[in-house]
Amino acid sequence: MTATTSRGVSVALEGVRRVFENNLVVIDGMDLRIEAGEFLAILGPSGCGKSTLLRLIARLADPDRGRIVVHPEAERFQTAFVFQDAHLLPWRTVLDNTALPLELMGVAREPRYAKARAALDQVSLLDAEDRYPAQLSGGMRMRVSLARALVTEPRLLLLDEPFAALDEITRFRLEVQLRQLWLDRGITVIFVTHSISEAAFLAGRAVVLSRRRGHIRLDRRLELPAQRDNDLRTDARLAQEVRILLGSMEEEEEE
Amino acid sequence: MPPLIPFVVITIATELAVREGLVKSYLVPAPSSVFLAVVQNWQELMQALWKTSAAALIGFAFSTLAGVATAVFLSSSRSIQRAFYPYAVFFQTVPIIAIAPLLVIWFGYGMKTVIASAFVVSIFPVIANTLTGILSTDPALRDLFRLYGASTRVTLFKLRFPSALPQILTGLRVAAGLAVIGAIVGEFIGGQGLGSVVDVARTQQRVDKVFAAVLLASVLGLALFGLINLISHVTLRRWHASES
Repeated sequence: MTATTSRGVSVALEGVRRVFENNLVVIDGMDLRIEAGEFLAILGPSGCGKSTLLRLIARLADPDRGRIVVHPEAERFQTAFVFQDAHLLPWRTVLDNTALPLELMGVAREPRYAKARAALDQVSLLDAEDRYPAQLSGGMRMRVSLARALVTEPRLLLLDEPFAALDEITRFRLEVQLRQLWLDRGITVIFVTHSISEAAFLAGRAVVLSRRRGHIRLDRRLELPAQRDNDLRTDARLAQEVRILLGSMEEEEEE
Repeated sequence: MPPLIPFVVITIATELAVREGLVKSYLVPAPSSVFLAVVQNWQELMQALWKTSAAALIGFAFSTLAGVATAVFLSSSRSIQRAFYPYAVFFQTVPIIAIAPLLVIWFGYGMKTVIASAFVVSIFPVIANTLTGILSTDPALRDLFRLYGASTRVTLFKLRFPSALPQILTGLRVAAGLAVIGAIVGEFIGGQGLGSVVDVARTQQRVDKVFAAVLLASVLGLALFGLINLISHVTLRRWHASES
């Protein structure tokens, strides 16, 4: 399912291959298309190339073969990335951290602070703008990281296991918030996770990668409602989707 | 326990040991005679302290600037690092007492030699620690800066330098004390200052005056160390574990 009004981009991977320096082939001949405004979750065992895939899409690394086409590619800086840890600059306040992408893009002080405050408001952290990262909890730091990613109003949001280190309650809250942000903005989201239930709760489509060099084991559109809150977590429909994804992951383990 | 207590205890113990003849006064003077030497030679010692302080500070300032600049240069690529870092290590290993006469030949007798000596002795910790700090920048943050099109210069000043600040300050703490040592050694050979006072007092077998000069040199080293600590506290207290 895609958001009703999409301002996201589509991403097409065509025959993508990526080899590391030690000649380790991480991804080989991957073909994958993500539609504009789609929320895609990527699952797979450790070492199957999930994070590498995100870095390739973000143009932080280049494929050794094949190509990645982002459409439309008219705007600069339309991609944002949220890492597994918040990775905030510890010497800067929450406000300065959130405004960092705009600062790097050359936006003047007043407008970039205004946008940063708006982004912090979206993650309910406006009252913490003068604090330093050391004064924040893990969940708060991740919300700042999310605000920093959203401040440039990206059309493509890439998240690499952003909630993995958080406690369950905080994770549930952030998942609901992220899902709502996606519904409101209609951007394209690609979310890498180890958690099957997280993938099923968040995404409209889930892809399970195989350990075999980025081969796609399962590509499934999830049959769940657009609006999702914590009530869905105990819903039989979610359990059914989790079962299907789990089955695919278990088959991978058995092979 | 406050640091003053061991100092007082040791001072009293030394005084008693010397007075009782347990320790020969020509080896270790009584603290009271060191104090007297400070008082009786106050003007000479203060002038010498001023000269040594100036040379140590200027040498330290040069080693800070040159050390940081060298580290930035070395961090620019692996091949540059491999090619030039061994020459930076030279500053660590060179015995300053052996090359001090060379410094006199190059710079003449006086302040320039003393400054050069302070510089040579203190630069390596600045290079080593700054380089370590710059190379330890969080790779994810480097990716973030690349994602938003930051240039190398912007990444250096807005990410790598601030990130390296704790290590840079550690290097400066070590370098501060070494600058004083370098200045003293330079003064042995080619200058005026506390090093020169020590050298002259030594020939006169005025051990009390030697100790007085050494004491003032230690105070100078402590003052520089304290200054760096203060700068470290002010700049890091809000975000680094070492100062919070």
